[in-house]
Amino acid sequence: MRNSQSTLTLSIIGFGAVGQGVATIVQNVPHIKVVAIADSKGVARMPDLNDVLARKRGGQPIANSNLTALDVIRTIDHDVVVEVTPTNIQGGEPGLTHVREALKNKRNVVTSNKGPLVAAFDELTQLAYTNGVALRYEATVGGAMPIVNLIRDTLAGARVLDIRGVLNGTCNYILTRMAEEALDYDQVLSEAQDMGIAEADPTYDVAGIDTACKVIILANAFFGRHATFADVDVTGIDRITQDALQLARQRGFAVKLVGDVQELTVSPKLIPIAHPLNVSGTLNAASILTDTAGEITVAGKGAGSIETASAILSDVLSLMRDRT
Amino acid sequence: MRISMDLELQDRPGQLKHVLTPISDLGGNIASIVHHHDKKTFRNTVPVSVIFDIEEQTLEELQEGLEKNGVAIVRIGKMRLRARTHILLIGHIIHTNLRETIDEIDGTGFAEVQDLSLSMPAIDGPSSAVITIMATGDEELKKSIGILRQIAERKDLLFIEPLDERGSPGGVSNEE
Ligand SMILES: NC(=O)c1ccc[n+]([C@@H]2O[C@H](COP(=O)([O-])OP(=O)(O)OC[C@H]3O[C@@H](n4cnc5c(N)ncnc54)[C@H](OP(=O)(O)O)[C@@H]3O)[C@@H](O)[C@H]2O)c1
Repeated sequence: MRNSQSTLTLSIIGFGAVGQGVATIVQNVPHIKVVAIADSKGVARMPDLNDVLARKRGGQPIANSNLTALDVIRTIDHDVVVEVTPTNIQGGEPGLTHVREALKNKRNVVTSNKGPLVAAFDELTQLAYTNGVALRYEATVGGAMPIVNLIRDTLAGARVLDIRGVLNGTCNYILTRMAEEALDYDQVLSEAQDMGIAEADPTYDVAGIDTACKVIILANAFFGRHATFADVDVTGIDRITQDALQLARQRGFAVKLVGDVQELTVSPKLIPIAHPLNVSGTLNAASILTDTAGEITVAGKGAGSIETASAILSDVLSLMRDRT
Repeated sequence: MRISMDLELQDRPGQLKHVLTPISDLGGNIASIVHHHDKKTFRNTVPVSVIFDIEEQTLEELQEGLEKNGVAIVRIGKMRLRARTHILLIGHIIHTNLRETIDEIDGTGFAEVQDLSLSMPAIDGPSSAVITIMATGDEELKKSIGILRQIAERKDLLFIEPLDERGSPGGVSNEE
């Protein structure tokens, strides 16, 4: 990296829940400096983090320059672009251009945005490789739950045969509440919307699209699948009824929306109550089947501002370690 | 125990009772009968496959009874049902669908529907069912799950199967 040896310089592109989470937690980390923050309206150059967080929360503009997000990515000399704009599954923009331009300008990228990876995984990993920089995306799958780096680093000695996971907190919350409280789908969905767990338009989550994006990212990262959205067979949870969940429970099963990375499928599955993938509430879980290490299951918070930021920070810190 | 028998009957009306009577006399329960009229033998007999449940110790007596009735026994298969799974179906399930579904699986000769629970909360709303299937082995179980999946697709039912267990020992046993 080109900057001074001791300090890692970052830009944060996108200043919503995750971007603000990143700005909050990097303050406690030595040797990291945020050189610019962009939201959809403008750019704060050399921001005072507390000040800019307070402004954003207060609904005030954060911009203090005429720069755009792309100007930051292209022209400000810095080490890591943290790309945290909204996920767009149709074409991946604006994230795709941000990531592409960052890599072309030899900047490392750490992202929680699935859009660019679903749209152009092979192109972007190749671009990172030819430019000698890293593209890190732990936060795109499972939020704070470690999975990408767990497989890449910790499980490097084993061959991964399959990954199956409960990868969408919204679906998991809905199914858990329906089963435990004997509530109808519509009732729980409204409740989840009230609590900010589900979006006003819940399709992206409940139709299994979000889970499919995560399956695509894992399939491309670990099985070299060159998969795109059309390759995944997706069934959502919107037809599941409360009494079906009770019937399943009488037989010792929970119903969960499961993404199977090797099969490229997303569908509700019966999971034995005692199975480690049977996590409740908004939790995520993934089982990694390996040749030598057997089956390893992780669980954790799949979303949340600070939780997702923690996964981003772990990617950033690993870049720092790689540098020394 | 579940038994599958391949028999040959004279190609004359009224022959089936020579098969059914001995089975039911010994307390057996017929699951499926198929006449292979298209495969008539040169002896002018019709191959028939019967699948039924019966106490194992009555089997010898049954064989004698069938032979006394002039039924030729070509093959006897004892099915040990070793693999089991549950399938959850959601949608507009009606009894005729279920009957058909059970018959199709029971007719395979390697699997049977062991149990079925149906929940119909509202007349016009979707209902749900859990179907428990047993088969002679893992491969056979997979095949019967495949049959059920096709039926579900045809009837536009949501089909939910268990996460398959990894590394679970499977074993096919279809003793002749
Ligand atoms: N929230 C989570 O728990 C979570 C977990 C895992 C992954 N993710 C992913 O992380 C990403 C960010 O999520 P989030 O919850 O933080 O989203 P968010 O709250 O909607 O924030 C998105 C931010 O991106 C900004 N933005 C939009 N277009 C932009 C552009 N062209 N240039 C610069 N900034 C732009 C928005 O600006 P304005 O503020 O001006 O609108 C906003 O600040 C998404 O891709 C999401 O899928 C989120």
